[in-house]
Amino acid sequence: MDLRFSPEEEAFRAEVRAFLGDRLKREFPELVGRGGPGDEHELFERRVAWERMLGQAGWACIGWPKAYGGRGASLSEQVIFYEEYARARAPGRIGHIGEGLLGPTLIAFGTEQQRRRFLPPIVRCEELWCQGYSEPNAGSDLANVQTRAELVHDEWVITGQKIWTSLAQRADWCFALCRTDVSAPKHKGLSYLLVPMRQAGIEVRPISQMNGGSEFSEVFFDGAKTSAENVVGGINGGWRVAMGTLAFERGASTLGQQFGFENELQQIIAVAKANGAAQDPILRDRLARARIGLTVMRLNALRTLSLMQDGELRREAMIAKIYWASWHRELGKLAMDVLGAASEIGESEPYGLTALQRLFLFSRADTIYAGSNQIQRNIIAERALGLPSEPRSGKGST
Amino acid sequence: MRELASRLKHVLLSTRRMHFAFTEEQEELRKSARRLLETASPTKEVRAAMATPRGYDEALWRRIGEELGFTSLVIPEAYGGAGLGFVELAAVMEEMGRALACAPFFSTVCLATSAIVTGGTEEQKRDLLPGIAAGRTTATLAFAPPSGRWDAPGSDAVFLPCADGFELSGKTSFVIDGHTAALVIVAARSSADAGRTSLFVVPAETAGLVRRALPTMDMTRKQAELTLTNVRVPTAALLGVADGDRTLARVLDLAKVALAAEQVGGAERCLDMSVDYAKTRVQFGRPIGSFQAIKHKLADMFVEVESARSASYYAAWTAAHDEAELPAAAALAKAYCSDVYFRVAAECIQIHGGVGFTWEHDAHLFFKRAKSSETLFGDAAFHRAIVARQMGL
Repeated sequence: MDLRFSPEEEAFRAEVRAFLGDRLKREFPELVGRGGPGDEHELFERRVAWERMLGQAGWACIGWPKAYGGRGASLSEQVIFYEEYARARAPGRIGHIGEGLLGPTLIAFGTEQQRRRFLPPIVRCEELWCQGYSEPNAGSDLANVQTRAELVHDEWVITGQKIWTSLAQRADWCFALCRTDVSAPKHKGLSYLLVPMRQAGIEVRPISQMNGGSEFSEVFFDGAKTSAENVVGGINGGWRVAMGTLAFERGASTLGQQFGFENELQQIIAVAKANGAAQDPILRDRLARARIGLTVMRLNALRTLSLMQDGELRREAMIAKIYWASWHRELGKLAMDVLGAASEIGESEPYGLTALQRLFLFSRADTIYAGSNQIQRNIIAERALGLPSEPRSGKGST
Repeated sequence: MRELASRLKHVLLSTRRMHFAFTEEQEELRKSARRLLETASPTKEVRAAMATPRGYDEALWRRIGEELGFTSLVIPEAYGGAGLGFVELAAVMEEMGRALACAPFFSTVCLATSAIVTGGTEEQKRDLLPGIAAGRTTATLAFAPPSGRWDAPGSDAVFLPCADGFELSGKTSFVIDGHTAALVIVAARSSADAGRTSLFVVPAETAGLVRRALPTMDMTRKQAELTLTNVRVPTAALLGVADGDRTLARVLDLAKVALAAEQVGGAERCLDMSVDYAKTRVQFGRPIGSFQAIKHKLADMFVEVESARSASYYAAWTAAHDEAELPAAAALAKAYCSDVYFRVAAECIQIHGGVGFTWEHDAHLFFKRAKSSETLFGDAAFHRAIVARQMGL
């Protein structure tokens, strides 16, 4: 056991820190601390420019193999990069769905041709992605997806509706889970398709969220098309691929987000010191609880990564999603309680919320998306602890 | 033990990358502790030992000390020890907690040994440590006031210089294994020097020292009250020359780190018992573990146990490698692991239903240990207050 990084890893850290600090200060000072959930659409064009710069300089998708434009960085180096990215208060990523979800999925399940076609534009931030999973009747029961895709000549023709699609208005491509065999059991008739977003058969309708913004959208497919080769993992082989993507969504790709929480906690501590809330014994206790909880979150991540480096993806990895989501939601409430009466007052009309108000409201989504806390508990109970599965009903129940 | 120790040290020197998990050798040490305790200290033996006035079985103690050398773990080689660190001690303590082992291990190794290693003079170390390493000597630390307030460390005992040494008087309580330990390291306040604490090595049979075993709710960990009436000790009994308050603070931080590891082991055992029961207990025609009401409880327990393990390992690593960060790590681990063990032990009873409330079932043994170790050295809220101060709040 060794919690220290090696001299080589520390040299890597120094390089990252110097690079990010220099570029933010000289070229992108207005982006410091911007973006992220609840602030997703702010300064969008500048953030695209920032990510293109990252890609050109070799600091995007650093965990990917060099052959696809990555850096082949080790897990330790990725941890260091994410920590430094958060420390520099560099802007929230917009290419994270391509980098964190589709990229690893194609590297694991895609064909060589698909990797060569789709990975480099993600590194260069030339193509943005969105995720087409949930539907009005396929939320936690994801395998109940009803959006149909039919192969007509050399094209897939897609009809149906997706919902809760982040960044759909901005995305160039969507990876969509579609039903391609209605007669098969429900997990076995699904395919994982890559669909261009900018076409006549697709309509995006933003959903107004409780925080007043609209990061999420509904996406309507009405005869939308994509070419026949844009299926990942084979026709009717989509469920396994979709589960792989979800494992990435719940695993290492959230590290960057977790390290960003440090900045939010610091901000709340500063408020508590300034307004006297730090003198309140109950708020002191909750602030200490938050500090301890965040430290433990980092330790959990380091321990999981160490076990992964040993070549095992173990059951310990399954706790990450429910842990960070629950901690972060509580932090949002703590922020309001520390602010007291001032927590009610926004920044501007109409409904311009402060960063901490956005944290409070948006963090209610954390325990819902990417598998709700209830679904996470089912997964932990059944896969980590080996408890009997839920009784399931419906066609093709397993 | 010696061979394992030398392999462990070789590995510690040769690896140099961030790796936050046990090495193969550390894992092997943990397994050797589990093998011993599973066979020599099943709960049947725990129940037999806890019902005796002494509170432990001498045969088990000999196997822990003389046979496997666990008492020598953190003692430097120069004094007959294995010269290993707190990560290795944490691995063994996790298993002690898992087995609820009744033995004077925590008092001797995690309290008294730390005090001697941290504060003792060269001569005291040469004199006292080899006997502990070999498993011949049991020892403990007496520092808590009878009020039971952990925020006023230092006992109510006071010391006065006298001819050829010191004279100690007063009371100290909640002394772990205080009624059986051969050596007691007593914290006493100076009656002159603004109440500063010094530590004294007092053999149990010293005239004027009266030890009264206290009836403990957690029968697996015995405590005693010590009354000192004009106890005379020689000058050489003063532990070290350094500031006793600083020594005591470090010793307590190290003890909290060890206790956190023990809490993780106990919590994991409660989780395992609960999972096993949920898989086999059938109601409404199904194992109760198929109901979300039960499986979600168990999932939460798993998240908590694994997170407590992270906190415990971090504290153990810090105890071995980072003196400056130790107070923060110890407070964090004690706060986190105390809460987790209590909640998990409480849920273990709830999941077992009526049978979990019986004397025959083991759940109450763990529940009581969870409570006693939560309270020991200060509970979770007490330690979060320390964390808050460290945060500058």
